[in-house]
Amino acid sequence: MNITTILFILLSVMAIGSAVMMISSKSPVHSVLWLVVVFFAISGHYILLNAQFLAIVNIIVYAGAIMVLFLFVVMLMNLNAETEPIKNYRLQLVGIVAGGLLLLVIISAIMKMDVEHLVQTKDGDAGLIKVLGMNLFKNYVLPFEISSVLFLSAMIGAVVIGKKDENVN
Amino acid sequence: MNTIFQLAWLIPILPLVGFVINGLGRKTLSKTLVGIIGSGVILISFVISVLVFLQIKQGHTDVIHYFDFIQLRSLSIAVDFKLDQLSGLFLLIITGIGFLIHLYSTSYMHEEDNKDFAKYFAYLNLFVFSMLLLVLGANYIVMFVGWEGVGLCSYLLIGYWFRNSDYTNAAKKAFVMNRIGDLGFLLAVFWLISKIGSVSYDQIFLSANLAKLSVFDITGITLLMFVGATGKSAQIPLYTWLPDAMAGPTPVSALIHAATMVTAGIYMIARSSALFSLAPITQHVITIVGLATALLAASIAIQQNDIKKVLAYSTVSQLGFMFVALGTGNYVAAVFHVLTHAFFKALMFLGSGSVIHAMGGEQDIRKMGGLHKHMKITSITFFIGCLAISGIPGFSGFFSKDSILSGAYEYHPFVYAIALFTALLTAFYMFRLYFITFTGKFRGTHDQEHHLHESPLAMTFPLIVLAILSIVGGYIGVPASLGGHDELSIYLSPVVKSVEQSLAHETEYVLMGLSSVLVILSILFAWVKFRNYKNALPTTWLQKVLENKWYVDEFYQKIVVEPVQSLSVFFNNVIENKIVDGIVNGVGKLVNYSSRQLRWLQSGQVGAYVLLMVLGMLILFFIQLFL
Amino acid sequence: MDIKLYIILAITLFTIGMIGVLVRRNAIIIFMCVELMLNAVNLLLVAFSKMHALNPSLSPTVASDAQIFVFFIMVVAAAEVSVGLAIIVMMYRNVHTVDVNFLNRLKH
Repeated sequence: MNITTILFILLSVMAIGSAVMMISSKSPVHSVLWLVVVFFAISGHYILLNAQFLAIVNIIVYAGAIMVLFLFVVMLMNLNAETEPIKNYRLQLVGIVAGGLLLLVIISAIMKMDVEHLVQTKDGDAGLIKVLGMNLFKNYVLPFEISSVLFLSAMIGAVVIGKKDENVN
Repeated sequence: MNTIFQLAWLIPILPLVGFVINGLGRKTLSKTLVGIIGSGVILISFVISVLVFLQIKQGHTDVIHYFDFIQLRSLSIAVDFKLDQLSGLFLLIITGIGFLIHLYSTSYMHEEDNKDFAKYFAYLNLFVFSMLLLVLGANYIVMFVGWEGVGLCSYLLIGYWFRNSDYTNAAKKAFVMNRIGDLGFLLAVFWLISKIGSVSYDQIFLSANLAKLSVFDITGITLLMFVGATGKSAQIPLYTWLPDAMAGPTPVSALIHAATMVTAGIYMIARSSALFSLAPITQHVITIVGLATALLAASIAIQQNDIKKVLAYSTVSQLGFMFVALGTGNYVAAVFHVLTHAFFKALMFLGSGSVIHAMGGEQDIRKMGGLHKHMKITSITFFIGCLAISGIPGFSGFFSKDSILSGAYEYHPFVYAIALFTALLTAFYMFRLYFITFTGKFRGTHDQEHHLHESPLAMTFPLIVLAILSIVGGYIGVPASLGGHDELSIYLSPVVKSVEQSLAHETEYVLMGLSSVLVILSILFAWVKFRNYKNALPTTWLQKVLENKWYVDEFYQKIVVEPVQSLSVFFNNVIENKIVDGIVNGVGKLVNYSSRQLRWLQSGQVGAYVLLMVLGMLILFFIQLFL
Repeated sequence: MDIKLYIILAITLFTIGMIGVLVRRNAIIIFMCVELMLNAVNLLLVAFSKMHALNPSLSPTVASDAQIFVFFIMVVAAAEVSVGLAIIVMMYRNVHTVDVNFLNRLKH
């Protein structure tokens, strides 16, 4: 068992365990924090997979920016374990069973899958900033520009929706 | 093709044209015009019929093809007219007597509204058209069309005074009774189609085709046809509509009883004589039914007090005679009797119409009496009619009735005895009617007596013509034993083959003499009994039973009408309300209930929808990956 | 490392996110679960980029193509988060709760 395998198992356990904690914890603040842990674990996986830049971006954008935004909203609404709505127990059970079954179905399908020709490469520079930058600005420059438009519209949308509607009262 | 025969299509079409004109113009045409059109078309038809008849008499016969009506794979039904000896004779009866009745009607119905008058003539023309179609058709389908048309017109005309619900009920009764018979006829036609594959007379009566029919087939077909005939020609068990059909105007009764309608059954069986000759069982049935009808109707007629009812039962009885003739294989005699009966029955109905006209609508003979003084022509012609129907030697009825009786004697002496007894009853009730009506003292109100008058010429002229025909009409069939040549049977021999008469002349003389003497005796008995008739209530139980027509109507009411009604009530209450409505409402309730059960799916909560979506995905994955 | 393990890991995370969507009623938590599911997909893309890098029949940039897709997914996720949180804030402002069961207007 080499170091990669140990790291993989460690990170996987961390990701799955944190994800379970995230959906099961009562307090929304705890959920947010557990999700940050999941993102860190995923970033660790990215490094294992030769996607160093992506790992950094994931931490900065997700764990940093987005989750802070979530935390901010949770605090803004003053949500805590007491205000957390409790779902119908039976419906919860049904949801868990349905999800579990879906997992089982897909995993059992994957186990039958033949993936022998897919071999993991030892070395690779695909995740380096230089390579990614060259590819992004050469081949994907148009989607890149358009994504800025998407951001702009999302920003405008957020402002419009979040604005206090003066006609309501 | 014969040039006269090329005009044959005009014979039925002209009355149809008259129907259309009178029917459409009933609001605009004047009574005179309606009468001229209505009678005129029949007169022209009559003239053409005479020309056609003369051609046929010289031996020309033909089947004229007009157009194909129904074309199926193996079955072709054409609208063809058959011009032969039988149809030629019936054409004369229908158009000739029909014309006289139309002429009579112009006067009789003159007090009706303009509109109703035109309606009446339109129906009358349609009636004649249907009957002509029935007679002219060269196959059973065309005959059936006419057959149905006749039934329809009888319904329309019996219910002519439709504001009286009794009359419309009588019309409905006639229609329903006829429909029962029609079903039998229709089934017979279907049977023929399935066995022979054709409906045209010429095809069916080919000996090669007749050989295709087993004894069972022939008996079944002929019995079903006879069922049809009992409906139209008012035999047991379907005769009760005919007396009730008196609800219509009197000339209509004359038309139904003499020229059209009731003779349809006789015509059909005579036309199908080739079939009936092969079915001895059916012939026995026909003889028995005819005999029973003749006797029953004659016995009822004895105690009836409505002048038209007496005549109606007399018709039923005479039709019974004709069926006896048909049953004994004596087809020529049946047709002969149709002819003579048409003369004297039309005469008597028109005469009774004249009486009713004079009496201001009164039909009860107990309130008449002594009318001879006031209406000599009607009285004398009516008397001639009575003599003719009674079979007094020299009058037309004598020859035809004698022909039937001798055939019956040859068939079986018992049949002859019953028929002879019925003939005596006939003479008795006809003269009872005559004496009560025309002799003795007037028993009506003073007003009525004051108004008594002889009818106008348009009514008396047909009476006179018919009276003459009632006397001389019989001489076309004088039997060989009386030195005649029996021209009618020679004339009809190409179409209708009667059983050969093998009675010795001496026997025939004895039979004729016997019947003549007995008839005269019964007339004398009637004269003694009714010449000075005083109103009397029926005393003996027999008289009561007869006056109530053997309670046949009540019997039918109990046996048929009430069960059907209670069945209808059952259907209405149980089948309709519980089962049909139950199913319909149940479907609605089921949809309602299941929608309510399905409503929880539509909770409106996104979570529930997502859950359903996941379940759907799960199923799809499962199907896609493992199945 | 066997690709199957990565696939199973990604699927597991994805399913956990889905179960979260199903069992929680708090709109913010549900939203976070959606983010988790997006990340599971990202992880799968990156894993496949590693496996396909040396396949000669594919384009030489195939590995970084996959990672660029991940970028774009992040872009979309960021935009989605901004709008989605705005909607949740708005909902909270109107109904004073983040319980999605109160949002059952679809029934009507």
